[in-house]
Amino acid sequence: MADAQTRPERRTSEARRRWESSGDALLEIRGLQKHFPLQQGIVFKKTVGHVRAVDGVDLTVGRAETVGLVGESGCGKSTVSKLLVALERPTSGEILYKGEDVSHMRGGALKDYRREVQMIFQDPYSSLNPRMTAGDIVAEGWSVHTDIAPRKGRDRRIRELLDRVGLNADYANRYPHQFSGGQRQRIGIARALAMSPELIVCDEPVSALDVSVQAQVMNLLEDLQKDLGLSYLFIAHDLSVVRHISHRVNVMYLGRIVETGTDGDVYGHPSHPYTQALLSSVPVHEPALRGQSDRILLTGDVPSPANPPSGCRFRTRCWKAQDVCAEQDPELRDRGQGHPSACHFAEDHQVVPTTEGAVG
Amino acid sequence: MTPSPSGSHAAGTAPAGGGRPAPGAGARGTATPRTGTPLLEVDDLHVEFRSRGPVVNAVRGVSYSIAPGETMAILGESGCGKSVSAQAIMGILDAPPAVITGSIRFEGRDMLTMGAEEQRKIRGPGVAMIFQDALSALNPVYSVGYQIGEMFRAHRGASKKEARERAVELMDRVRIPAARQRVDDYPHQFSGGMRQRVMIAMALALDPKVLIADEPTTALDVTVQAQVMDLLKDLQRDTGMGLILITHDLGVVNEVADRVAVMYAGRVVETGSVDEVFTRPGHPYTRGLMSSIPLLADKGGRLHPIVGSPPSLAAIPPGCSFHPRCPMARRGEGGRPDCTSDVPSLREVVVGRRAACHYSEELLHG
Repeated sequence: MADAQTRPERRTSEARRRWESSGDALLEIRGLQKHFPLQQGIVFKKTVGHVRAVDGVDLTVGRAETVGLVGESGCGKSTVSKLLVALERPTSGEILYKGEDVSHMRGGALKDYRREVQMIFQDPYSSLNPRMTAGDIVAEGWSVHTDIAPRKGRDRRIRELLDRVGLNADYANRYPHQFSGGQRQRIGIARALAMSPELIVCDEPVSALDVSVQAQVMNLLEDLQKDLGLSYLFIAHDLSVVRHISHRVNVMYLGRIVETGTDGDVYGHPSHPYTQALLSSVPVHEPALRGQSDRILLTGDVPSPANPPSGCRFRTRCWKAQDVCAEQDPELRDRGQGHPSACHFAEDHQVVPTTEGAVG
Repeated sequence: MTPSPSGSHAAGTAPAGGGRPAPGAGARGTATPRTGTPLLEVDDLHVEFRSRGPVVNAVRGVSYSIAPGETMAILGESGCGKSVSAQAIMGILDAPPAVITGSIRFEGRDMLTMGAEEQRKIRGPGVAMIFQDALSALNPVYSVGYQIGEMFRAHRGASKKEARERAVELMDRVRIPAARQRVDDYPHQFSGGMRQRVMIAMALALDPKVLIADEPTTALDVTVQAQVMDLLKDLQRDTGMGLILITHDLGVVNEVADRVAVMYAGRVVETGSVDEVFTRPGHPYTRGLMSSIPLLADKGGRLHPIVGSPPSLAAIPPGCSFHPRCPMARRGEGGRPDCTSDVPSLREVVVGRRAACHYSEELLHG
């Protein structure tokens, strides 16, 4: 089916040409920030502060790679996804896609970008228009990007897409309410695929689904990547799901990435205290491993992103915190653990129990 | 009260071989004391919803029981009837449209046949419940202290001042920091985890003998979930209450519960100790669930999900309701049961374990 897709290349900029010959990552985010103003007053609005939702994020996504982004609610991971699909403009920082900065894209370039970078949403109920049929939902993007699917073969193409995501092609005339949650998520995936994307931003794509259905959708995403060479940025709060699907994992806390590495690095050798606390909190379903994780119970709540702590953002809840943590913001770099960690006192400490032995 | 002999109902208490083997020895609290008489017995419970459109058979003959100090998990996916069975116990289903049959015995007395006032006296001191979404379960226009104190005013005739004092004590007990300063705050001023603690405080106000927790941590982040589950276990150890934990999360079941009842399409399809059920499932649905979840400790290979999706409770397949999704479903050659037409009963397959599958032995013995 991949060959049935047309990938129009209308313009090639200098930056794009350089990227093509360089072999650099598909997407590169540098120092990304998004601050939302906090305003007071009704007629005369006065800005009284900023919610620093994303505050200096670096991230790369390679070709045909899945990069996971995990964090708890309110850490800014969904804002990252909105910035990526150009629904929000960053306060500062760059998003380089194929060597070009997205925030400087205008007109046709931005239109192309929005086609090539698609999104799958969390809630399969509210992300599909209830008054459109599955087929219309899948085909909607073609009315903007008319060159993707020739007008004549569109019905056939809709059937192909529905079939590709594991839905009966005869269901094209049904409405969203006639589908189950898992089937709706497949429609959402077909809608993204209809644009022949290169990168799909998946924002919690399986968290609203039941366990048995969740696995079906994850398998589908893996198959599509293998067949079509897609890249994914996979945003989720479920650590097991992220490990399963990701080649590399980024852990986010209060607008920053605190640890990054391959799935083996981050899960097997976590070095940031937050990553360790997060991983140790996950309940495991294997009876043999029960009670073997060295559970770290965090106290307190996540601080407000409108007024983050000085220095290290995790210091208010960290058991290792010292004076230096309040003074110096730890940068995200390799501190001898083989992968970057944003902690002054980074230290490899295995917290996830494995069948090989208890955690020491 | 009439204590029923153990094992006379489907999910009997105290399966032979009682205490769990506890692989993570010592790491998880005390072993659960098993006393003879169950506190709460649900027997052949049916709940139907009759309104416009087809009849929804939410609960179809569910039986379980809970003893003091015991934690029983009801595991199932959305729409399997697990929450409705708990709501029937609490008497919070509107009838009509709900039609409830069977029996729910609390300390031997059937709650379904007693009057409304008598039932009300059991809710609170007898059985209490906490809900998934604390924000919508709490009243936004009353302070949390007022809402917790309401239990004392309504059930114990406490004065406003007394009730507020007791609310502070309870908030302390569920580890809400600065309880005295926060007692007059409103629900929206609390974080998700703290709101869930307020709910727990309210449920514990009258020292219930049984606590039903319906997805208590589903809306919470994992680090907060760990705090709340830890709190619930500690409170249970202190009070010796029975805990019915309704969840879809196999990890939570494994870490917290002693016994598990797996529900599918309104029925219990498997029961037993968590260790046994999770290590060696006796029902293809349980096995399917186990192989659907990715592991934390290992990237793992391809997942093996169950095909299809759970049926609507208004259109449950005949025979074994799992047969359209079951890899082991048979048409019943040679006089053996036909999964598409013969309803499997929940029967003992190994001592102390029950499964509702015609071919459970094949699954258990290879």
